[in-house]
Amino acid sequence: MTKLRGILTAAAVSLILATGANQVSAAEAEALPPAQDWSFNGLFGTFDRAALQRGYKVYKDVCASCHAMKYVAFRNLVDIGFTEGEAKALAEEYEVAGEPDEFGDPTTRKAALSDIFPAPYQNPQAARAANSGALPPDLSLITKAREHGPDYIRALMVGYEDAPADMTMGPGMNYNVYFPGHQVAMPAPLSEGMVEYADGTEASVEQMAEDVTTFLHWAANPELERRHQIGFQVMVYLILLTGLFLIVKQRVWRKLDH
Amino acid sequence: MAGGPARQYNNRLIRWVEYRMPIFSAVEATIGRDMPTPKNLNYWWSLGSVLFLALIIQIATGIFLAMHYIPNGAMAFDSVEQIMRNVNYGWLLRYVHANGASLFFAAVYLHILRGMYYGSYKAPRELLWIIGVVIFVVMMATAFMGYVLPWGQMSFWAATVITNLFSAIPLVGNGITTWLWGGFAVDSPTLQRFYSLHYLLPFVIFGISLLHVWALHVHGSSNPVGISTRSKQDTIPYHPYYTSKYMSVIGLSFIVLAFLVFYEPNFLSHPDNFKPADPLQTPANIVPEWYFLPFYAILRSIPDKLGGVVMFGASIAILFLLPWLDTSRVRSARFRPTYRYFFWIFVLDVIILGWVGAQHPEGASLLIGRLATAYYFAHFVIILPFVGWFERPRPLPESISKPVLKSGAAVAEAAE
Ligand code: HEC
Ligand code: HEM
Repeated sequence: MTKLRGILTAAAVSLILATGANQVSAAEAEALPPAQDWSFNGLFGTFDRAALQRGYKVYKDVCASCHAMKYVAFRNLVDIGFTEGEAKALAEEYEVAGEPDEFGDPTTRKAALSDIFPAPYQNPQAARAANSGALPPDLSLITKAREHGPDYIRALMVGYEDAPADMTMGPGMNYNVYFPGHQVAMPAPLSEGMVEYADGTEASVEQMAEDVTTFLHWAANPELERRHQIGFQVMVYLILLTGLFLIVKQRVWRKLDH
Repeated sequence: MAGGPARQYNNRLIRWVEYRMPIFSAVEATIGRDMPTPKNLNYWWSLGSVLFLALIIQIATGIFLAMHYIPNGAMAFDSVEQIMRNVNYGWLLRYVHANGASLFFAAVYLHILRGMYYGSYKAPRELLWIIGVVIFVVMMATAFMGYVLPWGQMSFWAATVITNLFSAIPLVGNGITTWLWGGFAVDSPTLQRFYSLHYLLPFVIFGISLLHVWALHVHGSSNPVGISTRSKQDTIPYHPYYTSKYMSVIGLSFIVLAFLVFYEPNFLSHPDNFKPADPLQTPANIVPEWYFLPFYAILRSIPDKLGGVVMFGASIAILFLLPWLDTSRVRSARFRPTYRYFFWIFVLDVIILGWVGAQHPEGASLLIGRLATAYYFAHFVIILPFVGWFERPRPLPESISKPVLKSGAAVAEAAE
């Protein structure tokens, strides 16, 4: 009993310490991004295909003019519900550098399924020059590369406000409630009705923020659905197996008592 | 436990091999026929098996990761992303490897605490304990270098912070650091050598574990009562009794690992490590993996760099001396009413250090870190020797088979 009491006390004290610390750091930092009820959360979470396709459209029409996604290829679009033909057509909207011709001169060609999404800038210097000195990060992993993941990305999209009167903003900087330090070089990327959704969904800022975040979370975790699916099978199997081990143990040890 | 007449094996294949190379009898000679084991081992004794399995998992997944991984500063991050996206079940390999390291450390910490609670390090098992601490040190080196391989922001800056510690050594420090780096900063040459060592060291651990097991089987396992086995009545064969008992713990470990891998694969990792390494941008707070946090807290609680490094080293090295710092002749904390309380305070102290290790070293957390560091060392050099001298242990049972003595105190103890 004393052993158990010891463990419980240790756990309780460390819990108090940990939560107390969180409160302190939250008070001095940015507003906490509100937690969303994403379709991909939970043990059986999957991506909403329609949201993914709308999200891709937001990325393609808006974000892609500043942000690259170098780990995603056009062929991956098949995973979010486009047919191979549609994905090919989407790729062919872009011109990319081809092999040099027989005289060694550079050529261009239409992008193919195997190509990654084309980057908006030739190099980081060009990207900075066009964005008040700030570098728009690659978005392929962005929901994994930020605290609070998708909740933060969505909040960032809708978190633009007028700067408080007592705050002096740097040149080209914008006020955002959720961005660390509140001064972000990215201008509010979304505005009402900015994209036209193929499925007729109304393109409110909220809607677009949610859709593009879903798309970005898929881009960062393309294996998520398969992972959840296999995970469930593995968990059921392991729990049954462990139960079986416990029964075997009971049986084997029973021999010892006689 | 060796000896006895030459063993006749039933299995024909075993007989065939044994005749040409007596490997089976050689193994039996060290671990004893049927591996006689104290009959009263509890579930805390299962962790050795879990650790062995964790090592196998790391090696098995690591070898496949290594087939696709590229140890070059310009390509490492990309190659890990290729594993995650374009290698069949690459995400599974990587998530099992990354979370497997956490399982490994969770198991080793419980294993070490088991040793501390039940006094497993006392004579005649001092060398066994020392070999164990060596394994722990090599494990830390392996995991540290593994964490550098994905070449994210935390990889890079953890490598920079930790290798920089060597520069605190007077006179030769900077030279050593440059030599470790293979250049004037952490860069591809550093990554490449870390990769080479990260591949090598697990096999070193494997070798040392064999020594660990060899030393174990000379005197056999200790046990929760802490008195040595006296007769055949005190022991049972390891198989099928402990194999069956510990399979469920292995099952449970797999459940925990699978839950992390499939549902929260990045719960224990830091978001900054999904940003590619950038030597020009220092992260706001450089933190190691959770399993290094207590030691990191000790490192940072000392205001002087060299002092921090020395205390950091001492906090691990002191484990080697534990068999001699603990002056009590009673092994198990069950019979040590005073030590038992200090044991749990020590566990709490390490948890507090872990929390401190994740904070910015300033204000209240810095102060708490300093107090907890002082207590950590006090536990070993003040509390353990003195408690051993002044404590009045409870009466020990006569044997493992007869744990209940006539006296009331011991009856209550056995009921616990
Ligand atoms: C006009 C160019 C531009 C457009 C369009 C744009 N961004 Fe950005 N974005 C930037 C810049 C510049 C930064 C870097 C901001 C900084 O570091 O201050 C940035 C940063 C970000 C960040 C990282 C914020 C952080 O926490 O560091 C995210 C996420 C992001 N953008 C998402 C998007 C999404 C999603 C879209 C499309 C809806 C988009 N951006 C459209 C320029 C742009
Ligand atoms: C003691 C056993 C081992 C431990 C504790 C260990 C630990 C680690 C850790 C913590 C990482 C970083 C994971 C991440 O954040 O992505 C890693 C990466 C890696 N390890 Fe190991 N490892 C072990 C054995 C091995 C072995 C035996 C090999 C090769 C045969 C190996 C190959 C790799 C490779 C290629 C990577 C980089 C890919 C990646 O980051 O996922 N590891 N290891």
